[in-house]
Amino acid sequence: MRVIGRRIIQLVVVFVVVTFFTVLLISLVPGKPEIVVIPFDNPQHTQRAAFRKENNLDRPLVIQWEKWAGKFVKGDFGNYYQSTGTDPVAKRIKSSAPVSALLILYTQVFSLAVAIPVAIWAAYKSGSRLDKLLNATAFAFISLPAFAVALILGYFLGVKYNLLPTSGYVRITDNPVEHFKTMVIPVLSLSLGQIAVYMRLLRSDLVSTLQEDFILMAKAKGISNRRVLWRHALRPSSLTLLTVAGLSIGTLIGGTLVVEVLLGIPGMGYLIGQAVLARQYVALQSSVALIAIVFVLLNFLIDYLYTVLDPRIRERT
Amino acid sequence: MTTVPPEVSPLGLTLEAAPHAAAESTATRKKGLGIASWLAIAWLTIMVGSAALADVLPLKDPNAGVAPKRFAPFQSGGPILGADANGRDMLSRTIYGGRISLIIAVCSILVGLFIGGFLGLLAGYFRNWLGNILVGLFDILLAIPQLVLALSLVSVLKGDPNIPEGFHLPIILVLIIALGLVSIPILARITRASTLSWSQRDFVTAARAQGAGHGRILFREVLPNVAPAMFSITLLGMAIAIVAEGGLAILGVSVEPPQSTWGTMIATGKSELDGAPFILWIPIAAVFLTAVSLNYLGDVIRDRFDVRESAL
Repeated sequence: MRVIGRRIIQLVVVFVVVTFFTVLLISLVPGKPEIVVIPFDNPQHTQRAAFRKENNLDRPLVIQWEKWAGKFVKGDFGNYYQSTGTDPVAKRIKSSAPVSALLILYTQVFSLAVAIPVAIWAAYKSGSRLDKLLNATAFAFISLPAFAVALILGYFLGVKYNLLPTSGYVRITDNPVEHFKTMVIPVLSLSLGQIAVYMRLLRSDLVSTLQEDFILMAKAKGISNRRVLWRHALRPSSLTLLTVAGLSIGTLIGGTLVVEVLLGIPGMGYLIGQAVLARQYVALQSSVALIAIVFVLLNFLIDYLYTVLDPRIRERT
Repeated sequence: MTTVPPEVSPLGLTLEAAPHAAAESTATRKKGLGIASWLAIAWLTIMVGSAALADVLPLKDPNAGVAPKRFAPFQSGGPILGADANGRDMLSRTIYGGRISLIIAVCSILVGLFIGGFLGLLAGYFRNWLGNILVGLFDILLAIPQLVLALSLVSVLKGDPNIPEGFHLPIILVLIIALGLVSIPILARITRASTLSWSQRDFVTAARAQGAGHGRILFREVLPNVAPAMFSITLLGMAIAIVAEGGLAILGVSVEPPQSTWGTMIATGKSELDGAPFILWIPIAAVFLTAVSLNYLGDVIRDRFDVRESAL
């Protein structure tokens, strides 16, 4: 229990520092932020004055943070300023965040579903030509950025053979078939790199596990190869896989943002991309804070899960 | 965030790994660098060389229309790599774009290497309050996904170039600062992990017994041994920085014309997917080949370094 208590204190510190940084962002803008955020104001500059007041820009940073955090926990993420008027950022995030979350979920599930069997196969045939080929392919995929895959797949599957839509998004509740069709290219783009990372890691982990005595024992008992591989060998490696799957969410979030912009999927990346182009720093600030909080929480949960799943770590800490 | 403390038993580890590793180390030493390593070195040499000599090489102006628009590559009577939507020479654009991409990648990783490497050495060597504070700092820097952190830094520091008020840093410098800051915790953690194991070796104790100060032990005893790991991660980091710049360009926060990078070439070329996709394939190939070369060499160095460490 004491360990968890300490971890929660750590978590709170990270939250405070990270959100403080996002609040600080607006002050880093060269010149007066209100002019950059609202380039065309009415002659009385009422919008700009309102912006300064809303974000407490005339008060010390600590107060800015305090006011911001107070609003943030209540779900008030500030405003999006446009020449046509202002609207709340929360409304935009509410429609964007689920899209990105779904995209990341699909990617993780698909990547693991492909990587695990391939890694087992490669580990079983370790040292063979097949193993080397799979390893080299994985190596190439690690170096191929998600945006490159998105463009290549978009060209072949979309433009050239016209099999799939290259942009846009359909909600699953509107039309499940179209929903999955629009998700194929983005999920594949994000997955290739993930599959390669998981596969290489799990393969090397499995190769060393397969040399353990308990595997020999299992084989000697006459248990089939399939069962030895999937049950006895895979199990100890699953913890490593879990950690890497957790850590890779950070890379995945970054990749998702870029792929969304490229393929016109209205998720968080698209929202942030538009906010950056329109210099909507309040929207940027809130989105970044939200992403960081979710990311930190996920890693915290995985850490916790890790201690629950592996008794050795539980004992040590 | 997950830090499973490394088992503090360098001796046991060494003994276990020794017979196997010794056999492997002689094998790799005999083999020398494989053909793939030489190909990677060749590609990087060509890229760095052409970027460095871009002003001297007989290249067309990368910003002037010199050929028919969207002129296909490898055809007689035009630029060898074709021309983009404005009739600009793709070869020249790729080399000049690569120059800025490489400058950004190299400088940002150097920032990360010097600051992150130094902090990592300290964090690994001083396993007291100082080490704990530093590790906490790395964790905080890692709490925001890398690309998101870089994106938010670049977009605010860049501001609005059309509004001259306030102090605007050159955009290349902004990118270097942002990507450098992002790479600090990554390089620091690797350096720390390596320092942790090296600073417990007997020769460090021996140096301490002879009265060597912390500074001398850190820089003369520990650093030379940690250096291969740092170098390996530096190469990997450069590959990541090149790809990250591409991502930032697509998100709309990289250099502005007339400057260009591989990233901005991809970002502006994405509308050509329908008619002239080669405008995209060329910078994508440049990014991919450079990243794969850097990753491969980083891996080769790491393998050799691991072998050497366990064979000791």
